[in-house]
Amino acid sequence: MTMSVTRIAAARRRMPLTILLACGFLVVLLVVTLGADWIAPYGYAEQDLLARMRPPLLFGGDWDHVLGTDNLGRDILSRLIYGARVSILIAVCGTLLGALFGTALGFTAAHFRGWTEEVLMMLVDLQAAIPNLILALAVLAFLGNNLVVFIVLVGLDGWERYARLARGLVLTAKESGYVQSMMMAGASAPRIYLGQILPNVAGALVVQLTLNFPGTIILETALSFLGLGVQPPLTSLGQMLGQGRAYLLNAWWISVFPGLAVFATTMSVCLIGDWLRDRLDASVR
Amino acid sequence: MTRFVLIKLGRALITIFLCITICFFVLRLTGDPVDMMFSDEVPETVKAEFRERLGLNRPLPEQYAKFVLSIFSGNFGTSLLDGKDALLVVAERIPATLLLGGAVFILALMIGVPAGVIAAVHRGRGTDRLVMGGAVFGYAMPNFFLGILLILFFSMQLRLLPSSGYGSFAHLVLPAITLGTAMAGKLARFVRTSVLEVLGNPYVQAARGMLLPSRRVLFRHVFPNAAIPVITFLGFELGLLIGGAVVTESVFGWPGVGRLLTLSVARRDLAVVQVIIFLIAGTMILANLLVDVAYGWLDPRIRYGGDAR
Repeated sequence: MTMSVTRIAAARRRMPLTILLACGFLVVLLVVTLGADWIAPYGYAEQDLLARMRPPLLFGGDWDHVLGTDNLGRDILSRLIYGARVSILIAVCGTLLGALFGTALGFTAAHFRGWTEEVLMMLVDLQAAIPNLILALAVLAFLGNNLVVFIVLVGLDGWERYARLARGLVLTAKESGYVQSMMMAGASAPRIYLGQILPNVAGALVVQLTLNFPGTIILETALSFLGLGVQPPLTSLGQMLGQGRAYLLNAWWISVFPGLAVFATTMSVCLIGDWLRDRLDASVR
Repeated sequence: MTRFVLIKLGRALITIFLCITICFFVLRLTGDPVDMMFSDEVPETVKAEFRERLGLNRPLPEQYAKFVLSIFSGNFGTSLLDGKDALLVVAERIPATLLLGGAVFILALMIGVPAGVIAAVHRGRGTDRLVMGGAVFGYAMPNFFLGILLILFFSMQLRLLPSSGYGSFAHLVLPAITLGTAMAGKLARFVRTSVLEVLGNPYVQAARGMLLPSRRVLFRHVFPNAAIPVITFLGFELGLLIGGAVVTESVFGWPGVGRLLTLSVARRDLAVVQVIIFLIAGTMILANLLVDVAYGWLDPRIRYGGDAR
């Protein structure tokens, strides 16, 4: 462990500017979304019909609505903050869910081998065969919209990648000296898997998590964009974008700002993920 | 080799079967489609009549058996909307999807492959960073947002290209760029990795050591070897392209399979949704199978090595 800590410390000293910016953006995003109730100037559903479709500050608007208002006179900045909170909450919950589920199945496959492994890997292949957006679309439409179902569906995005990765990593770890000697010493399976193997493969799994996260955000926003994700009055970035589409001609700001927010988030996470992978782990591609 | 192909074929068939089963249960167990089709005001007798006609009042195992049988006889049911054969409804949309998909593939290949090769050859230098930065951009950019930006700029600001529709080359440009950018980004990353891997091999080093011209080393030794994983990648992208096109087709009003899927989901048109899922899953499984077989044919180690994963 000390070895990897010093490696992280050394890596931090050589952090390039883009990564610093990306980290900075994510920190700001986190602070703003967590403190939404104190920071947002208006409520996300607060309408002001006399101030509909006001342009943003630099495009003829005023300080009352820095990023303008939408077709119902709702403040875009406030909606952006609350929408980002919902989008990020769903993406984080979903990502953790998928990672836990996939990793658990990967460990199971690697432990039992044989038939269990065959069946699990077949499921992995099947999941890989159907684009997640399609599957989610079908299930959501027929299950109806429900936040829990939605989070689970978003979470299932990419579970098969964790399962594949975890299985491979565990199989390799089982061959290594420290696990072999623990087995011979008669250590119990949970102790070997959770106490020894998991900490050793966690780095690669975290990198995979970072690489997966942008896709998860995009899946959430895409579904909400199509009107099949987060439902009003609750708002999310994708939903704002989708609603703003009808007003592109007279009020571009309704959809452009949430789009920018999604893009800046995915870009930041992508950059950090790539950098982490290059720095800490060469085995994940 | 025959045994290898048979095993792979069996696996593909089982996957298709699993896919059909999961599809059936997900779509049937998650709610009564008749309830969803009609509003609450529709009298119960009419609903019962519809259930009877669609066979939805039968026990589930019977429905399932019927379902599998009808699929294997090529009968996918009729669209709930207008009673047309669901297969035909989907088939009508395939040309538009293929047209868009083809354009996207060509665009992605034309940008992604050279960009990836250039980045690999100039590894670690400014060109590499530029290309990889562009690739991350393409990957991180949600296609619905890129589509909207393109519409704002090219359709509303410059009034150069139509923002939606189908029928002429001008209509194809914006959706193709939207989807092509993302794929080119992914492809460039992938090509770069495979070329770098080949460049590290002893035979390339040897060719270099023999002072062969670097262009000849690239074309004779590097490209053919780096091409194999790239072809695999393209195979996988084939099915994903139809899936990824769902959002883009909706943004641009492109009358392809993806848009049909969104519409059918909104209308709760079970039969059509099923056909589309089978179409996509089938394409992916077939692509997987072809890639596996091609790999086994090219590389005997995989054929005899047991674990081909």
